[in-house]
Amino acid sequence: MSRPRIAADIALAVIGFCFVAPLLWLLLAAVDPHAGYQTAVPSAPSMDNFGAVFTPELLFQPLTNSFLLSAGTAAVNLVAAVLAAYPLSRYQSRFNKPFMYSVLFGTSLPVTAIMVPVYGLFVQLQLLDSMMATIFFMATTTLPMAIWMMKNFMDSVPLELEEAAWMDGASSMAALRTIVLPLMRQGLGVVFIFVFIQAWGNFFVPFILLLSTAKQPAAVSIFSFFGQHGAIAYGQLAAFSILYSVPVLLLYVLVSRSVGSSFALSGSVKG
Amino acid sequence: MTIRRYLRLLPVVPSVLLLLVFLLAPVAWSFYASFTNAALSGRAARDPQWVGLENYVRMFSDDSFPLAAWLTVVFVAASAVLGQNVLGLLIALLMRRSRKAVSSWVGTAVVAAWILPEIVAAFAAYAYFNRDGTLNQMLALFGGKGPDWLYTFPLVAIILANTWRGTAFSMLVYRAALADVPQDVSEAALMDGAQGWQRLAFITLPLIRSSIATNLMLITLQTLAVFTLIWVMTAGGPANASTTLPVLAYQEAFKFGDIGYGTAVASVLIVLGVVFGAVYVRLLREQKP
Repeated sequence: MSRPRIAADIALAVIGFCFVAPLLWLLLAAVDPHAGYQTAVPSAPSMDNFGAVFTPELLFQPLTNSFLLSAGTAAVNLVAAVLAAYPLSRYQSRFNKPFMYSVLFGTSLPVTAIMVPVYGLFVQLQLLDSMMATIFFMATTTLPMAIWMMKNFMDSVPLELEEAAWMDGASSMAALRTIVLPLMRQGLGVVFIFVFIQAWGNFFVPFILLLSTAKQPAAVSIFSFFGQHGAIAYGQLAAFSILYSVPVLLLYVLVSRSVGSSFALSGSVKG
Repeated sequence: MTIRRYLRLLPVVPSVLLLLVFLLAPVAWSFYASFTNAALSGRAARDPQWVGLENYVRMFSDDSFPLAAWLTVVFVAASAVLGQNVLGLLIALLMRRSRKAVSSWVGTAVVAAWILPEIVAAFAAYAYFNRDGTLNQMLALFGGKGPDWLYTFPLVAIILANTWRGTAFSMLVYRAALADVPQDVSEAALMDGAQGWQRLAFITLPLIRSSIATNLMLITLQTLAVFTLIWVMTAGGPANASTTLPVLAYQEAFKFGDIGYGTAVASVLIVLGVVFGAVYVRLLREQKP
């Protein structure tokens, strides 16, 4: 083996270790009933921490809320983006280009910057603490990306099949439903999971817009738990964090297996 | 015929409505409210008054805004432009030379930090930089005694944390870009006796310059908006030492109840986003004639 290659291996391994190091605490503290902020191999590893957070109000309710919020957001995105992408992909129009570039522009708006005005808007419209309104807002923040990705996926479905259906008198919406969508199942899945992962991990939006604990997703409840018990129950915090992270890790693996790990970039960078 | 043409665009309407109501309206409202004394509670909450440029004047007479603007610039330059961008490129370059097992293992580690929910990543970083945390434990192994990072060097801590969290994006961009660089181009340079760094500076980097430009724009925009990581690690403290613009906007609006001033800070951020977004869109247009 050549020397530069070994050097590259060593350099990469060092970088890799630096990236893993902050996660070690999470894994070790979760199985250590006496965990602190120190990374240590537990003297008596146990699943006690997981047992302690395995309660309806601590775990199941917030995770259910996270699921409702994320699935709702992804569903709204899917419907709106499919509908918008269809004419943009299928018909030439002088609106297409300006529209797509405005959409692209929308992807670059810093969402944290608009949370103060959005809060103000929600107060005026009396939408605060509404799950439905929060879903629609979160869906809108990812919608530009979803439209952009969806159009790219739809562009790769050949037009000939639809033309045949149009000849037979099918409406464009019928052609979309029966021909285009089944052919781009994978793309639909990617967009759904992509939005779902983003919504599942979103902390700031539900933190601002959802006030009652019964509606808050895991991202927010875990933060309150940290505020109330963080100083004592490190192990439980770590266990809770792991249980909350597993679904998105699995979804990511699922998507990257099917379309390659650069899936998240298909919308933004390739254009 | 023309009517049918417009009818075809009908399916775009739901998306347009969503974008108007939930994205454009808040932006417009932000600019409007920044000229008022809107408050979270009290009389000014029910009936906000027009105050003209007062909030913007206060911004520049106040100490906290110039400090936050400066911290934001440092945070973005150090953690995105330098940290994520350079480290991401370095990892992508090393991956082309190293063994597959090593590169896929490291790739997973880097991506893991990026794909974790942000609140979990923030907790992990908080624990890591804690006085008793992993970083100081490792320093102790070498006989050093680390400081209390989150209090003594809060800006350094959040810069390192954001580099750790976001490098995966740049790495993925550059891996994809480097995969498109034809092998024979760099081999030809090798024949001419070009050194490794010369090949990098004069051949590889110019070939992927459009990817570098788009990547820089995107990570700048992402880093400009970072809130959760900072909020969990330092909450902007101690004494505003790590208060970037998003944290300042949040504090003014929700901690001190001054929605007017909070939206003024938010409006500045929006304008920054618009500027970088415009450059980004322009870059992509030039790539795709």
